[in-house]
Amino acid sequence: MFRNALILFPLLALWPLAGAAQNIDPARSTITVQSRQMNVPVEAPFRKFTAQVSFDANKPEASSARIEIDLNSFDIGDAEMNESVRDRNWFDAKMHPTARFVSSSVRSLGGGRFEARGPLTIKGRTLEVTAPFIVKTSGVDRVFEGAFPIRRLQYNVGDGVWRDTSVVADEVQIKFRLYQAMAKPAPGK
Amino acid sequence: MHHPSTAYTRTAISLHWIIFALVCCGWALGQYMTGLQFSPQKLRYVSWHKWLGVTVFTIALVRLAWRIHKPAPPLPATLSRLQRRAATAMHALLYALILVIPISGWLFSSASGVPTVYLGWIQLPDILHKDKAVADVLKSIHAALNWTLLALVCGHAAVALKHHFVNRDDVLARMIPLLKSFNR
Repeated sequence: MFRNALILFPLLALWPLAGAAQNIDPARSTITVQSRQMNVPVEAPFRKFTAQVSFDANKPEASSARIEIDLNSFDIGDAEMNESVRDRNWFDAKMHPTARFVSSSVRSLGGGRFEARGPLTIKGRTLEVTAPFIVKTSGVDRVFEGAFPIRRLQYNVGDGVWRDTSVVADEVQIKFRLYQAMAKPAPGK
Repeated sequence: MHHPSTAYTRTAISLHWIIFALVCCGWALGQYMTGLQFSPQKLRYVSWHKWLGVTVFTIALVRLAWRIHKPAPPLPATLSRLQRRAATAMHALLYALILVIPISGWLFSSASGVPTVYLGWIQLPDILHKDKAVADVLKSIHAALNWTLLALVCGHAAVALKHHFVNRDDVLARMIPLLKSFNR
């Protein structure tokens, strides 16, 4: 509890600027991992995650995001392989069930492109990542879409025999598409 | 000198044995890797297995084109009508299988959500979406076709040996030119 509060603290500081954080629609949103096995791209989703994104296109630096992914929900499409990926060598999902990204800064790159920076925690290791993304409007939804690479070995994901990057490459793409019902004017504004 | 109408071309003979060797490797590797636990070695073997499949398919196409260009020598005149039909059907089935089995494997892989990247270099298109149920069916089909191939290859070899040792004709020797020179 206490640890969570500490992580939340920098985010809380941003909230007054950005307005209330809104939830992302988990039913339509996707977070997937694309890895390469012998140069074969294999993409698989996390079925469970929660995300709160607060975004203001006019003031991107006031935006923030917090995403928590249930690593037990990784679904590569085969029961035996899913089981293996939860294992100690990979996610060690029993010890570290949640991966977490909390933005520390968001900035505009121009041309409708943005970039979120912040710590990404997987398997108990925290490293700074930069996630470029675009924001689209689809009906009444806002869609945040982006991808960024991480090096799995920096997080010890794929340890032991799996450290051999000639089979599973070190670089892994994290892809996300988050649907958010468009912000309504806050009451009292 | 071989009489042109009773002999297979060197190219046809080479293609036959190259495909035989590749199919043996692919078959054995496929059988072996399926039983392995999820491991880097397994992923490596799966990739090699697919590369073998793509190679067999490509060479089978070349072989088929060559056969159309230079038809196979006629069957021995001593064969009955039934034997002729059986031989033609057997050869047609073997050709069909060496083409269809790689396709079934590729589709199975596609439906499993894993593209095929030939030699880790050329990515084949995926015409099927990832779908576990479809993948399971295709896996069974791929396996059934392979067991059929094994049975047919054994039959094919048995008949060839029967021609050589029982009928004492040149049916086997025309696919193994060495045998011919031994006999003389």
